[in-house]
Amino acid sequence: MTLRSEPVFAFARPRGRVSIGSWLDRQSVFSWLMMAPPLLFLAALVGYPFCYGILLSLQYRPVAHPGTFVGLKNFATNFHDPIFWRVALNTFVYTAVATLLKMVGGLALALAMNQQFPLKNLVRALLLLPFIVPTVLSTVAWMWILDPAFSVLNWLLVLVGVPKPGPSWLGNPLLAMVSIIAINTWRGLPFYGITLLAGLQTVPPELYEAATIDGASGWQRFRYVTLPLLQPIILIVTLFSVIFTFADFQLVYVLTHGGPQNATQLFATYAFDIAMGAGQLGLGASVALAMLPALALLIVALTIYLRRG
Amino acid sequence: MVTGHGPVERVVRLWLPVGFFLVLALFPFYWMAITSLKPNSELYNRRVMPLILHHPTLKHYIDLLTQTSFLTWTWNTMLVAVVSTAISLVLGVMLAYPLARMRFAGAGLIAMTVAAIYLVPQPLLFIPLADVINRLGLGNTLTAVILTYPTMLVPFCAWLLLGYFKTVPMELEEAARIDGASRLQTMRRIFLPLCTPGFISAGIFAFTLSQNEFLYALIFLTKSSVRTVPVGVIAELIRGDVFYWGQLMAGALLGSIPVALIYSFFVEHYVAGLTSGSVKG
Repeated sequence: MTLRSEPVFAFARPRGRVSIGSWLDRQSVFSWLMMAPPLLFLAALVGYPFCYGILLSLQYRPVAHPGTFVGLKNFATNFHDPIFWRVALNTFVYTAVATLLKMVGGLALALAMNQQFPLKNLVRALLLLPFIVPTVLSTVAWMWILDPAFSVLNWLLVLVGVPKPGPSWLGNPLLAMVSIIAINTWRGLPFYGITLLAGLQTVPPELYEAATIDGASGWQRFRYVTLPLLQPIILIVTLFSVIFTFADFQLVYVLTHGGPQNATQLFATYAFDIAMGAGQLGLGASVALAMLPALALLIVALTIYLRRG
Repeated sequence: MVTGHGPVERVVRLWLPVGFFLVLALFPFYWMAITSLKPNSELYNRRVMPLILHHPTLKHYIDLLTQTSFLTWTWNTMLVAVVSTAISLVLGVMLAYPLARMRFAGAGLIAMTVAAIYLVPQPLLFIPLADVINRLGLGNTLTAVILTYPTMLVPFCAWLLLGYFKTVPMELEEAARIDGASRLQTMRRIFLPLCTPGFISAGIFAFTLSQNEFLYALIFLTKSSVRTVPVGVIAELIRGDVFYWGQLMAGALLGSIPVALIYSFFVEHYVAGLTSGSVKG
């Protein structure tokens, strides 16, 4: 029995009288009354839209018209749509490559930062800037860095011998994909790095000393001491990163609008184009819902892993 | 340790990688800043060395502030961020406090649900939400985003605060209860004042997340007078195929400053929240 349990308090107050005050003070009554407003809010603006989205995906529903129930027709349309499969492949490649780069780069950043040096806190604060600045605004800067006519990156490349005028970053399908992956990595890497750095700082130095005494090399210390201890943090950060890279919208919408020829179209931008551009809410909802199986798997995994309660 | 730490090794192991990451992280901001200060004659001249500033001018800033609705967008962004952060903190506390302190049937389930909602990305919900907002007649009002931002911020604040609340010792609350305080009084007068650092952490994150939000603002706000900075910059400073790069960069830089400023004041709180394993990236 912990101190928190009910009987301890029961001695301290008059018994037998069931007033409103004491009813309100019961743990379950107090809790549910307290949680009711936020839970109702979430039910109305997350739960309801979620269910309504499923209903929409089963309808032929042009914007500003009533919907007609069409069963799974929208999903069948997607199934036979080559762009849909292109989008699925793009999303998979984008998520996998960007996550891998963020993980490896973040680990390198954390290891480099895990040393004593002057102005360390300032450096850490500056390194996090890409992560905190609004994505749309930093993406506009990247758009200018990759501009077809005045790219500063190409200016540098030409300087080191790449033939003029340099690659067309956003006009070439492959390079456009490379660009969105690079910028997503640029933005997410500091988050990885600083989180892993915090993890590194909790590794007891004695472990390294013991490993060194046992004759472990630098690589072996990293492989058999550092990595196993970091594994839980790496797992959490990666799941977070995968979920939000998979469903990314802003970066691609601003930089390429999914182009050229859908080469960088992701589920979120494609759903947006169909629903908001072409006004097909039902079909758009079905494209967005196509993300659900993979997302649900990831969300359940992470929720179980994070359990606090 | 077997390894020596000579100056050469220190350069290779420390300054080279740290310098590389710093240049990579900061170059786009440097580029934003000098672009916004260059006159057009310099911006669009291939014969001029682009990495440095030859003839600084404030013209792009003046044009941005006088010829576009940038100040209105900034005001809208601030208003929306502050109000939705406040709403989210209040609702977040109402979820987190019972989950952190009370025993009741269903607590585990609610905690899991909150975590799961926190992880649902907006693109899964925006199409039905757009329809809901339209039916409520809230299109092109700031209310539309003030109502919808908390759908992501409430679970987030609740989650972060839940973690924080569990680190606060319970003795004071128990003492207050024995002295006859009701649960509500205990929470408001005794517990919440102890949690200021947690509120600062959650508040900064909620504030930066609302400043960063784009998808809902893009869909719900199509009139210039109600736009937020990210949507205004994308929708109005990029005019067709003509780019006003000087103005765009000035807008991107000015739009980033509020977040960067708040962040620089509370960077320790921010990192503490970040590394508590509850923040999405």
